[in-house]
Amino acid sequence: MKTPLHLEIKNLCFSRSDRLLFDNLCFEFERGKITAILGPSGIGKTTLLKLIGGQLAVDSGEIFFNQKALHNCSTAELYQARKKMGMLFQSGALFNELSVFENVAFPLREHHQLDQSLLEILVLMKLEAVGLRGARDLTPQQLSGGMARRVALARAIALDPELIMYDEPFSGQDPISMNVLLKLIKQLNETLGLTSIIVTHDVKEVLSIADNVYVLADEKIIAQGSVESILAQTENELLQQFLLGRSEGPVPFHFKSEDFQTDLQKVSR
Amino acid sequence: MLDFAGAVGRLSLYFIKTTGKSCLMLFHTIFGMPHPKLFPLFIGQIFQLGILSLPIILTAGLFIGMVLSLQGYNVLVDYAAEESLGSMVALSLLRELGPVVTALLFAGRAGSALTAEIGLMQSTEQIASMEMMAVSPLKRVIAPRLLAGIITLPLLTLIFNVVAIWGGYLIGVSWMGVDGGAYWSVMQGSVDYLPDVMNGVIKSIVFGVMITWVALYNGYHVMPNAIGISRSTTQTVVVSSLLVLAMDFILTVFMFGS
Repeated sequence: MKTPLHLEIKNLCFSRSDRLLFDNLCFEFERGKITAILGPSGIGKTTLLKLIGGQLAVDSGEIFFNQKALHNCSTAELYQARKKMGMLFQSGALFNELSVFENVAFPLREHHQLDQSLLEILVLMKLEAVGLRGARDLTPQQLSGGMARRVALARAIALDPELIMYDEPFSGQDPISMNVLLKLIKQLNETLGLTSIIVTHDVKEVLSIADNVYVLADEKIIAQGSVESILAQTENELLQQFLLGRSEGPVPFHFKSEDFQTDLQKVSR
Repeated sequence: MLDFAGAVGRLSLYFIKTTGKSCLMLFHTIFGMPHPKLFPLFIGQIFQLGILSLPIILTAGLFIGMVLSLQGYNVLVDYAAEESLGSMVALSLLRELGPVVTALLFAGRAGSALTAEIGLMQSTEQIASMEMMAVSPLKRVIAPRLLAGIITLPLLTLIFNVVAIWGGYLIGVSWMGVDGGAYWSVMQGSVDYLPDVMNGVIKSIVFGVMITWVALYNGYHVMPNAIGISRSTTQTVVVSSLLVLAMDFILTVFMFGS
């Protein structure tokens, strides 16, 4: 018997400011697996995470999390579902006025009535998991980009979620921080049994830890499957251009516009 | 002509949309307010909006009271009515100048700070991260600020009035030589608690709701970049100041029109 999917998106359509971002897309996320969503900048990868988290409403289509519909649920049900989700934002999104410790303690304080000692133990465990137990008293302003991302990760796993979404976790990271994050994501996935969704355009890095991959381009999924099957699709020019980072190929360098000569003639007239 | 009609249509739609969104925000905020966890946050906001606004309120109050007294004395002395100075200063302040000037200063100091703070939280995804942690930003961020704004402004207005009346005394009595006893006794005789003091307090409560509401709405629905935050902050000061002046006229008509 097939294991039920942890998260399933069916026939997703979404447009923003008259621009179509997703045209009838379907995604399947298996429990306990790392799924990478790849695609050029501006294709709507972060928007997809916001749609899953219910921060944006779908134009049409269905989203099921643990077989429960998220696309048409009440606010209370959505908030219950979010307690089982964690999200690592691109900017870290730490609260500036709180210390590292208080940032990680924030969701625990909001949702549970815990003794101070138990709360401290839990927060220290989360900070230990990301290697920043020693930074508990620092403020977000005192952290490097990589450290801030790790604190945000500790906060994202504070409520022991089942699903965690990473929005561009590697952008702007030095090679050491990037490898630390890669190792952490893999470790957390294995030890906590998390279902992980990583949205990124750092192809090489994410393919080293992902189980499944979706590649988006032109409002569609241009490739999907295991890492091996994606790499084997050598005939797919669009996919190859993206995976190998070629400047020439089906993805144009120029933004859509009329013919250059016509444009110039208009200016000279 | 068509362009003009189009522009009017767009403006009307924008106005309806903004009003609807801001009313919804206010409704959800008030609906989610009574929560014991909010108390420490509310106290923190009283400090941010109230205590930190005190220096500007005290300074402005003192100078406005002094100017009012000086100008009033110059007019009243021509009619040998300078002993009515206390009454003139107190009534002008309690009924009009106190609530309005405090509200305008509050909009510039606290309103703009609120919009910039919430706007920055939006642009750095702090509000979004709160939502993803299943914490309602309307309850956690907006509600304590709204309540603090509504409570703080009347208190600031009363402090402004006290300092301004004292400033008036300083100029009228200590400098111009009006009799001190007359200054206070004429004031006591002409100022009534309900029509003068309480109407001023009611005005300042209404102004407090409007300024905080506008500031929080502009911050919450900011365009998440530097230009957006700057535009929203300016909009908060301009819109809330104009609303204060317009509402002041309407309230004055109802309170003192007859």
